Amino acid sequence: MKPRPTIRKATTHVNQNEGLIFEKSSAGKAAWRLPPLDVPEVDTAKLLGSAERKDLGHMPEVSEIEIIRHFTRMSTWNYAIDLGMYPLGSCTMKYNPRVNEVVSRLDGLANGHPYQPERVSQGALRILKTLSDCLIEITGMDAITLQPAAGAHGEFTGLLLVRAHHQSKGHARKKILIPDSAHGTNPATAATVGYAVENLKSNSQGMVDVAALASQMNEDVAALMLTNPNTLGVFEQEIHKIADIMHAKGGLLYMDGANMNALVGKVRPGDFGVDLMHLNLHKTFSTPHGGGGPGSGPVAVKKILEPYLPTPVVITKPDGALGFEYTRPQSVGRVRAFYGNFGMFVRALAYTLANGPDGLRQTTEDAVLNANYIRKGLEGAYDLPYATPSMHEVVFSDKLQAKKGVKTMDIAKRLIDYGFHPYTTAFPLIVPGALMIEPTESESKEEMDLFIDAMKSIAEEVEEDPEMVLAAPHTTRVSRLDEVAAARKPVLRWKPS
Amino acid sequence: MRYLPKSPADREAILKAIGARSIDDLFAPIPAEYRLNRDLKVPRQMAESEIVDWFRERSRENGDSYAMFLGAGAYYHYRPVIIDSLISRGEFLTAYTPYQAEISQGTLQSIFEFQTMICELTGMEVANASMYDGSTAATEAVMMAVRLTGRRAAVVARNVHPEYREVLATYAFHQDMPLTTVRYSDSGRVDLKELEKSVNQDTACVLIQSPNFFGTIEDVDAVAEIAHKNGAMLVASISEVVSLGIVEPPRQADVVAMEAQSFGVPLGFGGPYCGVIATREKYVRQMPGRLVGQTNDRNGKRGFVLTLATREQHIRREKATSNICTNQALVALMANIFMTIYGKVGLKELAKQNLAKTAYAAQQFGKHAKVLFSAGARFNEFVVQTSEDPYAINSRLLGHKIIGGLPLKKFYPELGNAGLWCCTELTTRAAIDGAVNTVNESQGSAKPSREVAEVTR
Amino acid sequence: MSYPADFRYTKEHEWIKSDGKTATIGITDYAQGSLGDIVFVDLPKPGAEITAGKTFGSVESVKAVSDLYAPASGTVTDVNGELATAPEKINKDAHGSWMMKVTLKNPGELNGLLSAADYEKFVAEEGGH
Repeated sequence: MKPRPTIRKATTHVNQNEGLIFEKSSAGKAAWRLPPLDVPEVDTAKLLGSAERKDLGHMPEVSEIEIIRHFTRMSTWNYAIDLGMYPLGSCTMKYNPRVNEVVSRLDGLANGHPYQPERVSQGALRILKTLSDCLIEITGMDAITLQPAAGAHGEFTGLLLVRAHHQSKGHARKKILIPDSAHGTNPATAATVGYAVENLKSNSQGMVDVAALASQMNEDVAALMLTNPNTLGVFEQEIHKIADIMHAKGGLLYMDGANMNALVGKVRPGDFGVDLMHLNLHKTFSTPHGGGGPGSGPVAVKKILEPYLPTPVVITKPDGALGFEYTRPQSVGRVRAFYGNFGMFVRALAYTLANGPDGLRQTTEDAVLNANYIRKGLEGAYDLPYATPSMHEVVFSDKLQAKKGVKTMDIAKRLIDYGFHPYTTAFPLIVPGALMIEPTESESKEEMDLFIDAMKSIAEEVEEDPEMVLAAPHTTRVSRLDEVAAARKPVLRWKPS
Repeated sequence: MRYLPKSPADREAILKAIGARSIDDLFAPIPAEYRLNRDLKVPRQMAESEIVDWFRERSRENGDSYAMFLGAGAYYHYRPVIIDSLISRGEFLTAYTPYQAEISQGTLQSIFEFQTMICELTGMEVANASMYDGSTAATEAVMMAVRLTGRRAAVVARNVHPEYREVLATYAFHQDMPLTTVRYSDSGRVDLKELEKSVNQDTACVLIQSPNFFGTIEDVDAVAEIAHKNGAMLVASISEVVSLGIVEPPRQADVVAMEAQSFGVPLGFGGPYCGVIATREKYVRQMPGRLVGQTNDRNGKRGFVLTLATREQHIRREKATSNICTNQALVALMANIFMTIYGKVGLKELAKQNLAKTAYAAQQFGKHAKVLFSAGARFNEFVVQTSEDPYAINSRLLGHKIIGGLPLKKFYPELGNAGLWCCTELTTRAAIDGAVNTVNESQGSAKPSREVAEVTR
Repeated sequence: MSYPADFRYTKEHEWIKSDGKTATIGITDYAQGSLGDIVFVDLPKPGAEITAGKTFGSVESVKAVSDLYAPASGTVTDVNGELATAPEKINKDAHGSWMMKVTLKNPGELNGLLSAADYEKFVAEEGGH
């Protein structure tokens, strides 16, 4: 056996232990202090009667320094974009600019109440309006709603619009066509809106099989939900035919905009036949992923769908002031309280302003450039199931490594030892043992070279010492966790022993 | 572009390595007829200083440093500074969903603590890792009851937040779920007699909110009894979670759907907020949203993982419990830190201050105007009925740098000139007295204001 | 692994053992092997009707859910409650861990199912993919 390769990017370092906060709690410690009450004290028993709560159970009692250390120590157990490349395919883990955070915390924005009078909401309304205008231009659509709270919520809203459109023509239709390469949210959403899902098979190049689409398309189909570029990172080259087939039978083309970061400034979905689409502001527009959210999923539409947008919508009044319009008789209704994840709109707009048209285009070009560099660097070491050109991400398979019993998840775990976050494993479903890699534009050539070295080194390790790879990661705070036990006997909260 | 880490030479080197002549080669799969051969019409690239200036201007236009009397599902509480200092750590801010547990223990353990504290506060046995907001949480909770009971209809109290009810109506319409709305009685609480008549063998659940939209605490026991004797579930929505410091949680509910914004999440003009669902252990497999569980690693060391993922869309696709994918992790972390700071004693004291300020304000307003629904106990909101149009009052209040209560005409026309007022620990006695004086200025001599149109929405 | 000769099998990997009017149903050893560690079993309640070829429940591993298909039509009379708390029993002994007992609607339906030998041949081909 050869000596282990030198890992250039990562080294182990001191990693402090930290128990659960409840284990540090003891009566009498406190991290809060309220100002003296400037109104008379009240007799809570008298005011609340039997509704008065006497005890808060096992809520913790700790001091401020303990809270700072508790969360800071825990934070050091996380990998993050700020620490290095996070090539989680489809999730678009790009740099989250810090100015976004600063401007979203400005007093008048952070402390703006959603119901404050429009006269003192003009700043927030201007942000909604400016971001809407930018997103409409970027997508090539005619109108937009910012209300949906996340991508899947955007899909839900989009399909409500589809339904309303068909309903207005007298027949809501029954089915949604979804390619087999789609995100799981697509079929789940279709079901939520009451549509049946019909699977659409991909062709040998990983694209929509246009002949199959033509044969499956009929007057029962409400829409096709298409991710473009699709989850293989492949642009649907016959997109115009796809749109024509849908439109010829009165169907709509819905685009899942999860991969819009491959298109911004280069091509607009509205120009290639898309009728409606959602955007993920936490992907393309750099709002932070924050450990799993918040997201934001605006839905942009063509003119024909505008009457159905959720209420309220932002309008410009005759005197130039901005306001909300609630009276929209054909609207599908409301999908969330208030106006959506406003804090994410501030960040997405700050990102757009920091880029301008030239920056947005360069960003897209760099994202595609980077994915192709990774592809070139790993070809040969890993199996490439589809040779079709890649846009912003590339999907390999573990076919070569599986011969040694090493699967995509094992390679991913070993990658952790090299100082990288793994790629997306086992998705899309049409590639058995997928390694879905999306570097984004945020990676330098140096970081990508380290990544390519790491992946090649792992491929060698698989040949020479598969057992070592199967036991990875070797350098983390915890080794592989027992997910089976966690699911069989769920422990979902701490309890005092 | 300052966010892009490549020099022109790097780009050339990469193109060469790939074997492409120019960047255009890489975009060749896009049919030429659709390619955008012009600049996008968006504002030009700005310097960081310009961006900050632009948003500062917007912030000023949004009227900062006003005294705030609005609640209605979004509450202005003090946010201890360590919340932002901790959530700004890149390891929390710029990580994603903790799919790779070995390098996500920070996020996972903090969610586990969050789930635990939500259980302690609500009296439920399990809680999810958060979801979009209170309105969608309430809606998802109702759909959960539909799955669990095998019944289709829901009975909804009219004093549940009107926008929550609108969201529920949007979802229900496409699920063929009949919704029945039950009116409130003179006490502002759900009318139990009418509820009794509305719940039947087809009812999957009763949805109430407590404290309800008018700030009044519901008789949860009585509502639960009516629901349960008909085999229906009780879903209790809580939009003001600070109330949990001093008000008994709805322990008789089967599902609690909350909006945890009050726990350290900025008002932020309506979002992002923090929905949460909590329920009984036996219902966990029908609960939507992410869950973190405790387990051990290969060496027997305690660790945390995402668990029961088979409920979710990425595995079950069209058969999933919900299409929800993201949670509100970073916002839940704010709530988590807030709950940790105030803890067992602080939350109670905080809630008591809210109660005291509100009791004082209601008393002061009550001297010259009518405070409705005073028969039942309330937490930090109350309804003031005036002879003057509340929009006119609010317009006048703005001149004193006060944002008055929410005019209720839009949602409850039958209440006439009524406004929903809220006081928190941040509401000063001076602001209350000032608001009371301004409201009283024209009591009985209502005259139309030129400014009314400007503040009407 | 040997497949008991007195069972009949489906191509969806359920087994059924009948004594004429009533039958016992479970999943095959091949099925448990391809699912991996089973963490949850969702079964109908006694009294439920099942229809041949239609789903009657599901089994879950950590990252997958598989539907269960009824080998025959009938009424559920009993469900193996042990599996609710110890689903791993299926991994340990799939052919000994029954899921439910049913009263058959049409015992003749079983004639259309695979014999042990045919099933063994079937999984050998399927496993070869």
